[in-house]
Amino acid sequence: MYTQALNDLPTPHNLEDAEKMANFQTRIDSEDRIEANDWMPEAYRRTLVRQISQHAHSEIIGQLPEGAWITRAPSLRRKAALLAKVQDECGHGLYLYAAAETLNASREALMDQLMEGKAKYSSIFNYPTMTWADIGAIGWLVDGAAIMNQIPLCRCSYGPYARAMIRVCKEESFHQRQGFEIMMTLAKGSARQKAMAQDALNRWWWPSLMMFGPPDTDSQHSDQSTRWKIKRFSNDELRQKFVDATVPQAQFLGLTLPDPDLRQDEVTGNWMYGEIDWEEFKQVIAGNGPCNQDRLASRRKAHEEGAWVREAAAAYAARQASRHAA
Amino acid sequence: MVTNTISVSETPQVLYALRRADDALILGHRLSECCGHAPTLEEDMALANIGLDLIGQARALYALAALREPSLEDGRANTEDTYAYLRDVGQYRNLLLCELPNGDFGRIIMRQFLYSAFIDPYWRAMMKSSDAQLAAIAEKAEKETAYHLRYTSEWVIRLGDGTPKSHDRMQAALEFLWSYTGEMFDTDEAEAMLQAEGMIIDASAIHDGWRTTVQTILDRATLTLPQSAWMQKGGRSGRHSEHLGFLLAEMQQLPRSEPGAVW
Ligand SMILES: [Fe+2]
Ligand SMILES: [Fe+2]
Ligand SMILES: [Fe+2]
Repeated sequence: MYTQALNDLPTPHNLEDAEKMANFQTRIDSEDRIEANDWMPEAYRRTLVRQISQHAHSEIIGQLPEGAWITRAPSLRRKAALLAKVQDECGHGLYLYAAAETLNASREALMDQLMEGKAKYSSIFNYPTMTWADIGAIGWLVDGAAIMNQIPLCRCSYGPYARAMIRVCKEESFHQRQGFEIMMTLAKGSARQKAMAQDALNRWWWPSLMMFGPPDTDSQHSDQSTRWKIKRFSNDELRQKFVDATVPQAQFLGLTLPDPDLRQDEVTGNWMYGEIDWEEFKQVIAGNGPCNQDRLASRRKAHEEGAWVREAAAAYAARQASRHAA
Repeated sequence: MVTNTISVSETPQVLYALRRADDALILGHRLSECCGHAPTLEEDMALANIGLDLIGQARALYALAALREPSLEDGRANTEDTYAYLRDVGQYRNLLLCELPNGDFGRIIMRQFLYSAFIDPYWRAMMKSSDAQLAAIAEKAEKETAYHLRYTSEWVIRLGDGTPKSHDRMQAALEFLWSYTGEMFDTDEAEAMLQAEGMIIDASAIHDGWRTTVQTILDRATLTLPQSAWMQKGGRSGRHSEHLGFLLAEMQQLPRSEPGAVW
């Protein structure tokens, strides 16, 4: 990538003195955008690479559960919309890997980490899409939760990430509306269709709440990320916003959220939800979700089966380049 | 036995629209199977793009078929979705080429190239159709297929002239697909009627230009045109390969299971 040459900065270790750090924090505090070639603490760079690459991996792994229904979408309009959506997710992956490249992390290296099982991606994509209603529930809840998470990232202190998020968020809100519309159609449909919608909601609700990450009481990275304005809201704050936005939508659909403890706080108006099964979350993150193995296997298969294509393209390009040089 | 399979009154105009629509839908469906599984993210997006164009063309052509089909005895009319989801294998009218399983990326590209090299000039010629609706569909489709032809030509060259391994795979893809190309140029009595009215063009008139395009690109790709002259046919009249039934079983399962439902 052309950005890599620009980013060939001296290793900042010995230069990372107090003054540089202080200046950096002053820039952050005054809402200045940090750009690819600006000086940045090594830990800031590492935090961003980890977060952006996890996000990128989530987009491309996220193609798989929904991609499984493209060939079975029940109308041509839905088929086209779903194919376009899954294609968008691939595009999101591309912008995000490009943002990570501005921090000297190559797409190839990051994808290798993913395939070796060394990198994380969103836990939500390790659940199976069993019925068509899952496509509605994912659009509505999963894209909805992604938007909650990502809108504040449009103001992230790192410029290339913030700008990628602006493009991504526009498309995610379109996905969310589309998902809600699928749920609406099912909820107004036959008894079987309505049951299908309810069943999907039952299965996707709790995993969607887990998408915001562990509770604030045991979240490791939050403090420093907040000081660096990578993160603007805590996990629990974002989760609450999501629940408050989603409960009325579920009521509008005439569907029931699978939480007997759900009730509205009379003072704050917030919807208080029941206990999240953090053990399940831990297991899915650790690789024991219902689809972790399938997802990585699909990714590896696509990569291995594509190796001859990438090799041939590289060989052809190299030959063309030397012909031009000659 | 209860069935929700529709009947279609295949007047020449309806049959014509269904044939072209089925080509686009079935090939678009095949491309959609690759989504999330392509060799690079860029190619993943490109194949999805082509698939989306084809599904869009299919929808326009089904809409035209629905418009031209005489309404059924009970007053019901077919729609894009009844055509797509409630016809059986024998009622599908697509080219055999379009229904063949994907195979590797090389075969996907080669199939798309052989088809695009035909359909792009075909739609360009159809822009002069005496039927204003068909001419409009052709005009929109041609813009898309021109890109499909460019994209696939570049990949045929790159892979044919890439590594020894990619060269062999592309040659094998070409050999595999070759006998399915003849059907593109076939025409029959139903189409002859429409040709006489200036409504459609004679597909066989595209053949020489197609052959030149294919030869030019294969030369640059260092690939060899197969010698065999025997051509498979049957798709246009509903005699399909074994593959289409599986494709339709997957595609149609949900609407078939819930007759009359809105999705
Ligand atoms: Fe996305
Ligand atoms: Fe996302
Ligand atoms: Fe999305």
